[in-house]
Amino acid sequence: MTTRSQEMTDATVMLKHTLRRDDFELDVDVQIPANGVTGLFGQSGSGKTTLLRCIAGLEPGTSKDIRPVHKRSIGYVFQTPQLFPHLDVRRNIEFGLRRSSSPRVDQAQVVEMLGLSDLLERKPGGLSGGEAQRVAIAAVLLRSPQLVLMDEPLASLDERRKGELLPYLDRLHDDMSVPMIYVSHNIDEVSRLCDHLLLIDNGKIIGDGSLHDMLCRLDLPMLSGGNAGSVIEAKPEHYDDGYDLTRFSFSGGELSVPGQYDLRRPRVRLRIAAHDVSICRTKPNDSTILNILDARVDEVHVADTASALVRLAIGTDYLLALITRCSVVRLDIKKGDRLFAQVKSVTVRR
Amino acid sequence: MDALAGMSSFAPLLLSAQLALVTSVVLILLGTPLAWWLSQTSSRFKPAAQAIVAMPIVLPPTVLGFYLLILLGPHGAIGAWWVELTGSALTFSFAGLVIASCVYSLPFAVQPLQSAFESMPRQTLEFAWTQGASKLDAFFAVTVPMSVRGFIGAAVLSFAHTLGEFGVVLMVGGNIPGETRVISIAIYDHVETLNYGAAHQLSLLLLGFAFLVLLGMFVINRRWSVR
Repeated sequence: MTTRSQEMTDATVMLKHTLRRDDFELDVDVQIPANGVTGLFGQSGSGKTTLLRCIAGLEPGTSKDIRPVHKRSIGYVFQTPQLFPHLDVRRNIEFGLRRSSSPRVDQAQVVEMLGLSDLLERKPGGLSGGEAQRVAIAAVLLRSPQLVLMDEPLASLDERRKGELLPYLDRLHDDMSVPMIYVSHNIDEVSRLCDHLLLIDNGKIIGDGSLHDMLCRLDLPMLSGGNAGSVIEAKPEHYDDGYDLTRFSFSGGELSVPGQYDLRRPRVRLRIAAHDVSICRTKPNDSTILNILDARVDEVHVADTASALVRLAIGTDYLLALITRCSVVRLDIKKGDRLFAQVKSVTVRR
Repeated sequence: MDALAGMSSFAPLLLSAQLALVTSVVLILLGTPLAWWLSQTSSRFKPAAQAIVAMPIVLPPTVLGFYLLILLGPHGAIGAWWVELTGSALTFSFAGLVIASCVYSLPFAVQPLQSAFESMPRQTLEFAWTQGASKLDAFFAVTVPMSVRGFIGAAVLSFAHTLGEFGVVLMVGGNIPGETRVISIAIYDHVETLNYGAAHQLSLLLLGFAFLVLLGMFVINRRWSVR
């Protein structure tokens, strides 16, 4: 049995879906923001794709009030791009546009944004996986959907192609106002592309909130362990060409990152993995680590018998530190302590 | 005299070609929805439907022709209705031959179409639907062009198979020149009357034609697959 309802208000999109199968039950009732990218994160088999298919109307239902798939204004980017082999790229991306009652998206802009100008006359058979996925995304956007669903659009690509497609997805995030749900089981992709996060496990949403808040929650086992890490927004301030380091400022101080980054960008997203953060009681002045920040212990969470996750408040941002439980006891780390966080490495996400 | 004789010896060929053409057009029109249903359904009637469609491959044409003769005859279920509608009998007429040929060649149209439809990736259709195409729209805009090989195969096979039919025609159509005297019947006649020359002529024609049609189909299929 399937029931659905989906209402879009100015600020939120309601997702309410239940589906019962012999071996699986999906039961989702959640609201997501009507702008930006919402990550849908969970292990394989957790119901991510099933939820997307319910939203799109691709799961057969018995409820009478469901609109057929083609009347919903919901774009679907499949894991493997599904282009029409008998049409060239231009006719592929115009397929949905021609069937749209109210096209609002500028075709030239989308073609430019996704770098398709040179591909328009080609047939899909001759495209690489990344190119085909860009075409599929353009086709979906041109239909001016009210919601775009992306089902692991990078999963079918090798690392190099992924690297090629990611900057286009960044631009999509920055330039398009349509809300998107981005399915992934890769926390790196999610922390790069998403603003909001839904965690799904066994057909149920077990957590939702802004990306920053969610990544700093210590009670969600899915985000701890190897996935634990925080994301902060920072502004590139200065490039030191002598040492090839870029200095970023954020609410809690400054971070130096190897490499040169565009100083004109108002803010970039930095990801700091929990296992790259260590803690000292006194400020070391003989460490090789460049980034040492004043921090306050916000919460200590014992993750397992050997390790603990510590949430550190730094300015208005948070960092997570993955340390041993032994160190927690030895240094007597507890909530409210003032100490120093050493950040070994920072990834500039975009 | 010679010219007339020449014409009459080619008339069966023309009639056969006509019958095969009409039959394959009708079969594409009727076979497409049937093949689509068979390719998509998980109904418990599917095996039975598939068995019925495939029966003409197994049954001797005489058996098929016998039942058709009864069904299409002036007192048969279809034949009586036809007489009422048109005033003439369906048996021993061209229209009757078309109906009989459609039954006889049905599997040759349905099976290539069904396998083409079955090889359509489901997600490509789902993508078309999410892109605003209704099921019917998606069928014509996506499924049909992606199944071109199936359509070519169905048309060629049902055309060629109809051209070669003998038993069913003999039972239902008889041997009326210009109406039901198709090429295979004419050849049989020539052999019966020991006119081996004329039999050779028509047989050779059919042999060459069958080869060319099948060759053409395989060449087209090959071109399509390496595209």
